[in-house]
Amino acid sequence: MALLAVEGLSKRFGAALALDGLDLELRPGEFLALLGGSGSGKSTLLRLVAGFETPDAGRILLEGRDLAGLPPHARPVGMMFQSYALFPHLSVFDNVAYGLRRERMAAAEIGQRVREALAMVGLEAMAGRKPHQLSGGQRQRVALVRSLVKRPRLLLLDEPLAALDAGLRERTGLELRALQRRIGAGFVMVTHDQAEALALADRIAVLEAGRLAQCGPPAELYERPATRFVARFLGAANVLEGKVGADGVMVAGPCRLALPHGAAPGETLAVALRPERIRLLEGAPPGANGVAGVLRDLAYRGDGWMALVALPDGTELRVALPAGVAPPEPGSHLALGWPAEALVALRA
Amino acid sequence: MRRLLILLPPLAWLLLLVAAPLLIIGLIAFAEAGPGVPPFIPPFGWAGGPVWRGSTESIGTLLGETYYLEAFLRSLLTAFVTAALCLLLAYPMALGIAGARPSWRLPLLLLVLLPFWAGFLPRLGAWIGLLRDGGWANGVLGLAGIGPLRLLYSNLALYLGMVHAYLPFAVLPLATALLRRDRSLEEAAADLGATPFTVFRSVTLPLSLPAAASAFLLVFIPAAGEFVIPELLGPPEAQLVGRVLWGEFFQNRDWPLAAALALAMLVLLLPPILLFQRLGRRG
Repeated sequence: MALLAVEGLSKRFGAALALDGLDLELRPGEFLALLGGSGSGKSTLLRLVAGFETPDAGRILLEGRDLAGLPPHARPVGMMFQSYALFPHLSVFDNVAYGLRRERMAAAEIGQRVREALAMVGLEAMAGRKPHQLSGGQRQRVALVRSLVKRPRLLLLDEPLAALDAGLRERTGLELRALQRRIGAGFVMVTHDQAEALALADRIAVLEAGRLAQCGPPAELYERPATRFVARFLGAANVLEGKVGADGVMVAGPCRLALPHGAAPGETLAVALRPERIRLLEGAPPGANGVAGVLRDLAYRGDGWMALVALPDGTELRVALPAGVAPPEPGSHLALGWPAEALVALRA
Repeated sequence: MRRLLILLPPLAWLLLLVAAPLLIIGLIAFAEAGPGVPPFIPPFGWAGGPVWRGSTESIGTLLGETYYLEAFLRSLLTAFVTAALCLLLAYPMALGIAGARPSWRLPLLLLVLLPFWAGFLPRLGAWIGLLRDGGWANGVLGLAGIGPLRLLYSNLALYLGMVHAYLPFAVLPLATALLRRDRSLEEAAADLGATPFTVFRSVTLPLSLPAAASAFLLVFIPAAGEFVIPELLGPPEAQLVGRVLWGEFFQNRDWPLAAALALAMLVLLLPPILLFQRLGRRG
């Protein structure tokens, strides 16, 4: 049985539709990333599951049990807030113990559980401090163990890494996933950072305007995006649109695209083409799956260059050029080519 | 240099309107009462050189007669009870305003301030009309077969008037603080299993203590020197410092004693102010 099942969930704030009939499932022990831009409804979904908002339509089932009508304090769901929401008037120990005290647990057991939890993230020595005496990374870890100390089977994390600086973010993310594997709880992490979602999650659910655009393992979403939105949001793919000719070759502006599995003549299609699958060719471009263009702009990215190549019809292709090779001068004429498998037909 | 320029206006303000008057009051307190306008002999004179002509008689009178001590204690007690009652009433009001829909908050705050728009004395007049022996309150009680009770010139009337006059001073700081509070803290507490009452007791209330302390002080300090409300509504035997001071100044024309009373009040009010400031910082 799914740990968490969301069925046809809708929520409206005034005129804005935050969630629009969302269906989603989380398996026990799974790490799911909810990925989307601002206003995509990803935080609203967390708040509905935690019980801070009431859905307008749809059901939320935790291990098969409908959560409707249960107030937040009666839901066996943990939540870690983006702002961490640590109680400023309580010590680190009392912050972590807060949830256990609500269960009227014996003081000795609370002490042991809190010390264990703090030891898990290396903060035993900080137990007596107040939140304002901690660094940002330490606060993040206190917020994490506070939400985990009651051992919820489902933990909701709202942008848990967003407030950390870049150097700390990657390592903390990996620690987060290691911890999740160890305790075996289901994690639902809201993020707007595609790299974070790709690196940490078992599955990614991409939300667009309150609907599920696509849900699947990171590699599947990256390599086989289902929609234009997913293709652009994850890895900023080029999206080419055109019509399939009588010969089964799709024509998108100046590009002739031979799709790996063929296409029905007359069909209108959109395909995704990743910048890193495009190669610079010597000589003239091939008749299909290649195009000539002029290098318009070049941005250095450390591990290579991102090139903007203008095609004869004025559209632009993003092309990733590897490091270690001197890039062409802006304004030079280039021949580009890509393998047929690099083309992914999009359904919307 | 620029810092000095920025500091100059507030410094001048403090010197002119706080320090100078206090100094003058201090001087008058050590002067001797005498005929003339103003009715005291300045404590410093000039007779070929500066001469001390002051007296500590007023301070002695103040310390020597229990009448004044009792007035001080009664004033502090009255101010304390008033501030406590205001806090008890203002907290739920402020919580309600902060929890109301955004479009309702301003109208509700304006309702709290509405009494200020009617003059102070007419409002007290209204209380007198309500509470006097043949007034509305006794009329209603009479219908229920009770009374007539002596409501006016009692402690009940005193505190009704005091709370009525000072309640807005307690509601405003509390409502502001409760409006600005971080709601995610309360959500986190609820998520960790706290019932709404426990959330209030363990998060909302302790975090609002500094605001509650300032609300208490904002009522306590002016209430300690209040003289109009005790005069018009309170029991005649209850001599409060404000009334005593008024009497010494205007009726007995003993300016030095009045000035000594004012200074003593200031000294008495300092400890509670410092105490509440520390309380506010700790929260």
